[in-house]
This record gives sequence, structure tokens and C-alpha cells, in this order.
Amino acid sequence: MAEVIMPKMGDAMTEGRVLRWIKQPGDRVARGEPIAEIETDKVNVDLEAEDEGILAEIVVPAGEVAQVGATIAVIRRKGEPAGTPAVAAAPPARTPAPATSVAARPAPEAPAPPAPGSESTVPVAERSAASTVRASPLARRLAEQHGIPLASIAGTGPDGRITKEDVEAAAAARAPSAKAPAAAAPAVPTAGDRDEPLSRMRQTIARRMAEAKQQIPHIYITMSVTMDAALALRRQLNEGTDDTRKVSVNDLVVRAAALALRRFPALNAAFVDGAVRYYGDVNISVAVALPEGLIAPTLYHCDRKSVWEIAAESRALAERARAGKLRAEDLQPGTFTVSNLGMFDVDVFAAIVNPPQAAILAVGAAKPQAVVRDGALAVATVMQVTCSADHRVTDGAEVARFLAELRRLLEQPVWLVASRPAG
Amino acid sequence: MPELSYRDAIRATLIDEMDRDPAIVLLGEDIGVYQGTFRITADLLGRYGPTRVIDTPISELGFVGAAIGMAMLGLRPVVEMMTWNFSLLAFDQIVNNAAKLRYFSGGQVEVPLVIRGPNGAGVQLSAQHSQSLEVLYAHVPGLHVVTPATPAEASGLLRTAIRGRDPVIFLEHAALYASRGEVPDGDFVLPFGRAEVVRAGDAVTVVAYSRMVGVALEAAERLAAEGIEAEVINLRTLRPLDVETVLASVRRTHRAVVVQEQWRLFGAAAEIAATIAEGAFDLLDAPVERVTGADVPMPYARNLELLALPDADDVVRAARRTLYREPASAGGHADG
Repeated sequence: MAEVIMPKMGDAMTEGRVLRWIKQPGDRVARGEPIAEIETDKVNVDLEAEDEGILAEIVVPAGEVAQVGATIAVIRRKGEPAGTPAVAAAPPARTPAPATSVAARPAPEAPAPPAPGSESTVPVAERSAASTVRASPLARRLAEQHGIPLASIAGTGPDGRITKEDVEAAAAARAPSAKAPAAAAPAVPTAGDRDEPLSRMRQTIARRMAEAKQQIPHIYITMSVTMDAALALRRQLNEGTDDTRKVSVNDLVVRAAALALRRFPALNAAFVDGAVRYYGDVNISVAVALPEGLIAPTLYHCDRKSVWEIAAESRALAERARAGKLRAEDLQPGTFTVSNLGMFDVDVFAAIVNPPQAAILAVGAAKPQAVVRDGALAVATVMQVTCSADHRVTDGAEVARFLAELRRLLEQPVWLVASRPAG
Repeated sequence: MPELSYRDAIRATLIDEMDRDPAIVLLGEDIGVYQGTFRITADLLGRYGPTRVIDTPISELGFVGAAIGMAMLGLRPVVEMMTWNFSLLAFDQIVNNAAKLRYFSGGQVEVPLVIRGPNGAGVQLSAQHSQSLEVLYAHVPGLHVVTPATPAEASGLLRTAIRGRDPVIFLEHAALYASRGEVPDGDFVLPFGRAEVVRAGDAVTVVAYSRMVGVALEAAERLAAEGIEAEVINLRTLRPLDVETVLASVRRTHRAVVVQEQWRLFGAAAEIAATIAEGAFDLLDAPVERVTGADVPMPYARNLELLALPDADDVVRAARRTLYREPASAGGHADG
């Protein structure tokens, strides 16, 4: 038997909801085949089987929430007898589990009872997730009265049992949040006002951005980059190529940022527990605007990839994000973020650092501007970039040097396509 | 309202009732000339003479059987068991005759019999003489099982027992004979099947009977010192059992601790815990805790005897467990 567990997708994820089961108990599943759709903090992801066999049991039904690491289904591997106790070995839903990527782990060895003649039938023990949550009878009753899902309450009793006190605390925690909008409501309410509960994605954005602004002392440095050479290069690269292979301005910026980060590791870092962690890889999160909010999936090893590779991956990533089909690895946190509002004709803006990263680059539109060159007015295409950085990790001068390097690479863009690293 | 010892309250009640009703006779080993092993019948032979205070041979089966016959024919015998441990010799008479004659005779025959004597441990009488045998009798339909915790209760419940129409197992506690308390004057009667809330509280219900009521009250005082107000219920009688008083309390407190001196397995606490689970399941916030004696023959050595008996510490810990302020127990031993 192999347990299918709720994967950890993204640093901030602690629980996920099973949106629907693509496979049903009794169905054959192949390795890599999607078996369920999972809603994480921000996006919906297809969960792929890591084992081949038969989906023996669904532990967490569609619509229910499970903690990261909790068993949500069981796959009976080829050759295993039917009727092998499966969930006996499953950890309770609320047990904190180590972070893992999308995975179906083999269960601890369970005694295989003799099941003569039962090979053809698949026993399906339909269990509601609520029954796997440990709660006192009184707590269950109170939770129902308050309309609070048991799975959303952290139990403080033995083995995570939810007690009366836990439900009351959860109810109390809800009450003020329900009152808060009233307190913060405009002095003159109008008939058109409406309160809309936060979506899951909005909740995550709200929490993470508030955390970042409260905890990270931001420093903002802006620099202008003349983009004529970069745009000329882009034209050359894209000439005659079909749309699916075209390189965008943002791809060039990502490539330039990756190369610059190699030289300024303090910008490719994180403030963790009183230490600065310098990342070994350069993985750049690219902010993608979706109708329901913002998401920043990650492009890996941008310093070791060509602009074409970056372009292709970036395009695929954006498509997956818009289709709500991001994979678990897409959502692992990067080491630096690029946020580009150039397509909205924005001149300049300052972004909020994306924790735990130390820096983020906010990219404006590349526009023709009057510039002074050799004492004379000239027209150049100028793009303003602003780097927001965690001042605990680095200082203004270092950020300025990083931006100067970024500018050099974009203004002499041959280095972005040269086969050896810029230097 | 005089203050009496538990022992004197029982003796005074016997005298009151014997003065009132000439049909009452006493039977037992060493109750007359020797005046009773625990001095309950001191001077009664002199008062009522050998036809009403009958010294018996050492033959529990014989004299309990004789008493059942007396009761069937209109007398009201009160039999003293030197200790309840010796009642095992008369178990057949009690269970198969006393408890069943009303039923067998379609109500034509009554057995107004009281068997009384010390039950339980705590006075270093070792394994054979320190047992708590209440559940053996509480298990049997046709018997009343009475477990007074105070001198007043001993008096009021004994009157009800003597005046009743059915056999009563009257379990005094050897370690309570010297305890003192006020006993109401006059014709003081306490009904069977009516528990008493001896201390009001809202945090946890502690159910006890006999000597454990005092232990529960001591625990409640200590819990109060840390802000936990325990409600203590004294059952007074195990059969009939006052289920309603217990459930009403647990429905308010959402937690229960049941305390018994006897062994844990298949004990009174198990019965009461199950009753609570049946009647208040949806209102429980924690499993019902049992505080019981250790699962061993009672040791003679004082230190070991104390270890084998539940005390206020054990009750405090159990109460804290129901409030999730103490790690869950592994279960099994004296404190559960």
C-alpha cells in the first residue's frame, strides 16, 4: 500500500483542499497520472500518482481540507492483496508532517491478512474526513452550533483532540474578524457598500504582504536603463520566429537579473533566524497577475539558462498559472522576484519584498524619452527599474551596484545571449 | 443535633429501632458477650437479652440462612458480618435466596433483612480482610446496596434499611468508624437512590461514595485553590443508583471523575462512567476518568496499603486531566 499525502506546495502552505477526485476507488492509476485536483493557498494543482496500482481508498473526500503531510488516499500497488489494512498506518490528519513535494509515500509495513478469493473486489471504506478529526463530543457539538468546520480548528488535547476550549477560541477568533470591517468602515456608509469575504488567494496575499511590510525594513532604489540596444537585440532574435518562440522584454530582464545576482549574492538571499542565507541557486519568481490575484511561480536556474529557455519556460509557466494548473515545483519559493508592470504603461513603482526573499525588482515600461547625451538632447527608450530590498540583509550601495550591473547587461545585451557567463 | 462518631451513630440507630419495633433481632459473631468486634453492639445484650441479640456460631452460611427464614416469617433481623469479606461464605444464601424470594413467590414472600458490617480497606487488615465487595452485590437484582459516608448518613440510611421490605447490603467503612459528624435528632430517615451534591462546582463532576467522598472533598478543596471548582456527588446508595443527579451535574460541567476504593476492572466506576457516556455523551469534553484502587491483593504493610488506595492527589490529577491540564494517563494503576 502507498499513501497519497497532501503535498506541500509553496513555503506558506499548511493545508490544502481536495477540490475533486479525478480517480475513484477501484480505478487503475499509472505513475504520473493526475488523480486529484488540490486547491492550495493560491492555486489549483493536479496531484499526480507516484505509484502504479489501484486507488484503494479515498481518505479525504472532495471538498474537505487536509493538513500538509496527511494521508488523503491510498494506492494498492500491483501484486498487493486486496483488503490490506491501509489507513491503519495513516497519520491523523492534524499530525504535522515534514515538508514533502508531491509524493505518495509507501506506508509503514502493515500486516497483510489472508484474503483468499477477495482479489477481484476492492474494498472501499468510505470515510468522512470529519471522522478522522479527533474532537470531544462536546467540541463537535459546539463546532456545529458555531458553524466552524472541525478540520479548521487546531486541537490542543492529547493527540490533537479538539476540546471545548479550542472551539470557543476559534469562535472568538472569528467574532472579532466579523466585527472588524464594521469598525474600519467608512464614516458615511452608503447603500452601495458591500463586504466580500476574502478568497483563499486574497487571504494568503493579505497575510504575506502584511507580514512583509511589518517585519522587513524596506529600502527602495530606482535606476533608469536605456533599452534601445536590448530592444534591437530582441527584434533580431524574434525576426522570422513564430510567436511561440519569441523572447519578451521581461525574459531579457530576468536573464540580466540572474547574471547580476551571481555577482551580488546579497540580493539573492534571505533573512532567516538572525542569519543571512545566501542561496546557491538563482531561481527567479515571476509575478503573474491573475483575475483573482497575484501569483509568483518560479523559474529555476535562470543564471544557467539561455534567454530562449527562459522565454519558453516563462511562457509555459504563465499559461499554467492562468489555467490554474501550476505544478507543485512551480510554487516552491524562488530566491528573487521580478515584477513587471510595463505592459500597463507604468513608469515606475516600488514592490513589496516577497518573503523570505531579500529583494524584488519592479520593472516599468520601456518608453521613448528625451535624454541628454553628450550635452545634447536626444531621444532614447528608457525603462525605470526599482529594487526593493530587505535592509537587514543588504544596504543601499550594494543595491545600487546590483542595479548598475543590471543596467550594464541590458545596455550591452550581447552578454545576455553570449555563451559564456558575463563577466 | 448531637455530634456522634460513625460507630455511635449506627449503634444509636439500632437502639432507637429496637426500642420502636420488637420484631427487630440482631444476629452475628461476637456481638453479644464480646460486644462486637468493632463495638457497634456494645451493651446491647444487656439491654435486649439473648432472644434479640443472638451470638452465632462461626457459620455465615448458617446464620444468614436462619435470618432469611426469620425475615420470611415476620421478624426484622439485622445481621452483623464481622467484615464483609466473610459474607462470601454466605454468598449463596444472599444471592440465591434473600435476593430472589420476593420474585420467586410472586410477591407473596418478603425478606426484610439487613446485613451490615465493615467493608473496604485502610486499617491494615491485609488482603483477605480489606476487600471492597460492593459490586458483587450491586450486580444482583433484588438487593439494595447502601454505602454511607458520614455518621448522619449511616443513621438515616440504616433506619430506611431496617424499615424496608427487602434485603439490604449495608456497607459500613472500617476506616470511618471513628469519624465524627452531626447526626439529626429524632426520626431521621434518608431515602435510597437519592444522591447528594455535597459541594457545588462547575468545572468537573467528581462522583464518589463511602470513604471516597471525603477523599473527593479534600481533592475539591485543593482544586479550588488553583481555580477549578469541582462538584462533588455522594451517591449514598449504589443500588438503586441515582443516575439523574449525576447526569444533571455532568451536563453542566462536561467532565467527570468517578472515584472508588475497589479494584478498577468491572468496578462501580466503570458502571457509572458507562452511564454517563450513555446519558451525556454529546456534552462530554473529555473521557470520564476513573480513580480506583490498585489491581492487587491489598498489602499489609502500611506504606504499600497507602499506595494501593486512591487518595486526593489521584483525584486532583484525574480532574486536571479532564480539563486538559495534565497529560493523559496510561491507565491501570491506583490513580487510573
